[in-house]
Amino acid sequence: MSTEQILSSDGIPLEISLKKAERKNKIKAMLLVAPLFLFILITYLMPIGEMLFRSVDDRMITKMLPKTFIAIEKWDGKDLPEEPVYAALYEDLSYLKKTKTYGKIIARLNYEKGGFSSLIKKTVRKLNKFEEGNYKEQFIQVHKKWGQSEYLVALKNTAPNWSYAKYLKGVDLKLDQDRNIIQQDEDRRIYKTLWLRTIKVAFFVTIFCFMLSYPIAHLLATLPMKYSNLLMICVLLPFWTSLLVRTSSWMVLLQQQGPINDFIVMLGLTANDARPELMYNVVGTFVAMTQILLPFMVLPLYSVMKTISPSLMRAGKSLGGTPFVAFRKIYFPLTVPGIGAGSLLVFILAIGYYITPALVGGASGSLISNTIAYHMKSSLDWAFASALGAMLLAGVLVIYWLYNKLVGIDNIKLG
Amino acid sequence: MSLPSYTPLHYRIWHYTYLTICGLVFFFLIAPLFVILPLSFNAEQYIHFSAGMIALDPDAFSLRWYEDMIWGTKNPWGLAAKNSIIIAFFATIGSTILGTVAALGLSSRHMPHKAAFMAVLISPMIVPLIISGTAIFFFMAKVGLASTFTGIILAHIILGTPFVVITVTATLTGFDHSVTRAAASLGSNPVNTFMKVTLPLILPGVISGALFAFVTSFDEVVVVMFLAGLENTTIPIQMWVGLREQLSPTILAVATCLIIMSTLILVTAELLRRRSERLRGINQ
Repeated sequence: MSTEQILSSDGIPLEISLKKAERKNKIKAMLLVAPLFLFILITYLMPIGEMLFRSVDDRMITKMLPKTFIAIEKWDGKDLPEEPVYAALYEDLSYLKKTKTYGKIIARLNYEKGGFSSLIKKTVRKLNKFEEGNYKEQFIQVHKKWGQSEYLVALKNTAPNWSYAKYLKGVDLKLDQDRNIIQQDEDRRIYKTLWLRTIKVAFFVTIFCFMLSYPIAHLLATLPMKYSNLLMICVLLPFWTSLLVRTSSWMVLLQQQGPINDFIVMLGLTANDARPELMYNVVGTFVAMTQILLPFMVLPLYSVMKTISPSLMRAGKSLGGTPFVAFRKIYFPLTVPGIGAGSLLVFILAIGYYITPALVGGASGSLISNTIAYHMKSSLDWAFASALGAMLLAGVLVIYWLYNKLVGIDNIKLG
Repeated sequence: MSLPSYTPLHYRIWHYTYLTICGLVFFFLIAPLFVILPLSFNAEQYIHFSAGMIALDPDAFSLRWYEDMIWGTKNPWGLAAKNSIIIAFFATIGSTILGTVAALGLSSRHMPHKAAFMAVLISPMIVPLIISGTAIFFFMAKVGLASTFTGIILAHIILGTPFVVITVTATLTGFDHSVTRAAASLGSNPVNTFMKVTLPLILPGVISGALFAFVTSFDEVVVVMFLAGLENTTIPIQMWVGLREQLSPTILAVATCLIIMSTLILVTAELLRRRSERLRGINQ
């Protein structure tokens, strides 16, 4: 075996020299990606992490009543706790009263068990009449609920720093007094319906988009270039047009005095004074979302169909297949990658849709995104909004992963 | 697509049914956009076709809603348009630079874990906007950039870069790297090579990415809704607010202007795409 090394011009063995060059190129490529990567990491990925953190973070109450939680830790939750717990509670509440920050704990405790709101408010009001010593008796004197161990158990239950209660709430479950997972009360079960509706809408919008896209993608792929370019504009113009513009055109079309209803009346399908409600329900959401997401299905289908040679269908027919058989056995299987790409893309986009359902969906056509927005902006329950967001994100990431596996993320086609 | 004369009748029927279906779908795609145009010239305050409009009576049409859009005293469209343009302009520049540079790195064959990096950099396009909005809002509030232009522009750079990365990487596939090596061997430094050789060749991809970034920013409402205060309202925000209250003809006038704008952008993007394909030698 020859051990003689090949040297590069400056006397370094070629292998080492090549490796060095390779490494240099690698670093160069990474340095180019680094600015965007760091930017996305800091301003986007880490905040998403923070959002996940917020959804399980439950430290606020422990921070606001620090002494109470230390004192109550040893309590077994059966008989009423001893004097030190009440003394600690007195100290903590006095401090909160002084700094006027007790409002925050009221909301949290009331969520744990109804009735805490009046209990805390009344206690805080009477706090300055307290005398030193024998706090347990004085507390019970102010409000008899302090003498019921279930309230103190509820208080103790808020001690852990992390809580998955918001996630349970997101699927209509909750924790009872003894930390068992139980169903939410009948009249408060709304989230399961909402999730099911979101998935249902995304699923059917995907199916509708597929059914409408397939023929036109086929036509675009088989027509001569000069015609198909013209027709392509019909697909691309909506694609480039503002989402709000497209949604407002659907609001014009679907309103009760709108052209579609006029048409229905003209056909005599319904009386003029009994025009159907096409908007502010799930019908509006379906129709508008299908039209808006249609280009995202047409484009991947088109780019796959473009590569299928027409001679394949001719071969199928010449071998005795009817056009239908040739289509089913040859053409359709070849378009499956396009169907997969388009469907996953439309489904991903549909499941997180916000603007269109909010404007044309009304109450019965609103989706999970609308609820997240409501909790972010109106009810200000950011932890719950974060938990719902995390659940939606998990779903989207699964589909994204699937898309990446099946289609490859670098194969996304734009226009 | 004319059929040969020997086609049997039932194929003929099937063929015309197929064409009719296609026609209806194209109609479904494009017609909603054209409903807005005539209604924005309505002389009345209602959003439906009056008898005069159907009879093409000139008196039934007017430009009053366009006048209202531009000069209306209570209308914030002027301010909104100015803000939208400022935000979209800077967001486009930011996304285009960051995205192009990253795409150059991603297209290098020396780049490790290409797919993983790509998946991360594209994620703002895939993650539902409401989640992006929530997360970006938490971040901007923490660093004190909520309801500032800087905050909104940064947010739009995040949302715009995936498009630039995708279009520029697409242009760079099949890019002949020997031209940059030739430049280097002739003594050009990397920056000079990029400006004089690489950039002109990938320019169509860069510009179409920039167009996407611009449209994304110009049309974005969910994230701005979390970030914008009263003074940095944008056109989409105003439309959103208007549509939630009541559909007004002025909104349709604004929508018409936006449709004209998107038509112009579509034409530019199409021309660029063809030019790019010609430059890269992908000819039909």
